[in-house]
Amino acid sequence: MTVNGKPAYSRKELAAAFAARIRDAVRRPMRLMEVCGTHTVSIFRNGIRTLLPPEIALLSGPGCPVCVTAQQEIDAFIALARIEKVTVATFGDLMRVPGTLSTLRSEKADGRDIRMVYSALDALNIAAHNPDRRVVFIGVGFETTAPTIAASIVMAADRGINNFSVLAAHKLVPPVLAALMESGGVQIDGFLLPGHVSVIIGAQAYLPFVQQYGIPCVIAGFEAEDILNAILKLARQVANGGARLENAYKRVVSFEGNPRALALMHTVFEPVDAPWRGIGTIAASGLKIRKDFSRFDARKVFALDVPETGEPPGCACGDVLMGRKTPPQCALYKRICTPANPVGPCMVSSEGSCAAYYRYHGD
Amino acid sequence: MCLAIPSKIVEIRDQMSVIDVDGVRREASLMLIEDARIGDYVIVHAGFAIQKIDATEALESLKLLRQAAALMNPAD
Ligand code: SF4
Repeated sequence: MTVNGKPAYSRKELAAAFAARIRDAVRRPMRLMEVCGTHTVSIFRNGIRTLLPPEIALLSGPGCPVCVTAQQEIDAFIALARIEKVTVATFGDLMRVPGTLSTLRSEKADGRDIRMVYSALDALNIAAHNPDRRVVFIGVGFETTAPTIAASIVMAADRGINNFSVLAAHKLVPPVLAALMESGGVQIDGFLLPGHVSVIIGAQAYLPFVQQYGIPCVIAGFEAEDILNAILKLARQVANGGARLENAYKRVVSFEGNPRALALMHTVFEPVDAPWRGIGTIAASGLKIRKDFSRFDARKVFALDVPETGEPPGCACGDVLMGRKTPPQCALYKRICTPANPVGPCMVSSEGSCAAYYRYHGD
Repeated sequence: MCLAIPSKIVEIRDQMSVIDVDGVRREASLMLIEDARIGDYVIVHAGFAIQKIDATEALESLKLLRQAAALMNPAD
């Protein structure tokens, strides 16, 4: 096949070429974890699992923002929505996540003012236009999202929009990776690191982790070729006993990250111990709003006190997020838990491992 | 929820911009990046541009990656 006199290859052929190289590189069975939910989706959508040799097992990790949000946090979001004059603004994919007794979606159906927004700035605008409402934005997500929410708080302060606040439930990637390595029963031979979290924190942010645990890590982009290339690099490292950090997404991710976004994030937030769905509390793995901005901290403004609850009985989301179980190993998968009727958040979010299995695995 | 395709800045007003991604236009804040100009390509997340990229270079490196794969195993 030629295009303009030059040989051209279909993406399928390119993928096959990568797959052949990966097969050549593999010396022993290995378990590689893709940390980021967007990678999980891209891997399924591009049929990457079917291209890999049987020695390589891909595990989905704790990088789907909705999936790692603890039930207790969902309960807090619902409790907020029930307070008088409160308008809750949230990213859409949280709407269907079951809390202990309800979801944001059913609260909305019951008449509570809950709005789906695309950005923290949309929430700020709702506050600016509705001075009689107390608008709370639900801050979930990782280091990619946290600076955007920090920016909205700084803007609220600048513009004197005092009926705006944020319920911060952010999570940080390097601490959960360390927690994964520390937890028993987890066997991981290498990490495919998230692309856009790395845009913010930079490749440098993983160096202490790689040094401490001596495990191969590769930062990857989202195209099929990016992911295959990163898997190839990981397979080669595993074969050679390597334990290096490689950046295979240099066209977007720099070594130092985005200093402006990081500075804004640190101005508004400080690290705090945070609860992860089915994993438990991890030290310094979340973000809380600093004292200087406490008038925008929904936890302070509304003195929220939400009791701790367990996860839904039978839901193995925690084990799935830690790479200990695959979704079909959960007793509820497909039988009781489906995207139309999700038991846990890993089935709600389109980036959740359970939802991805359900959608792409067929039967 | 990461949008991998770069968006092009087509309009700037203060800290806000209009971006174009594959013909779809929406707003994105420029608060998190420095020296954004009309015509720049950016990665956008949740309504904010989070990184400026050199689109030619980005395309080139993706092309190189694909070429490298092609060289591994010529298809014909
Ligand atoms: S299949 Fe459903 S119940 Fe089982 S782990 Fe996944 S989300 Fe939880």
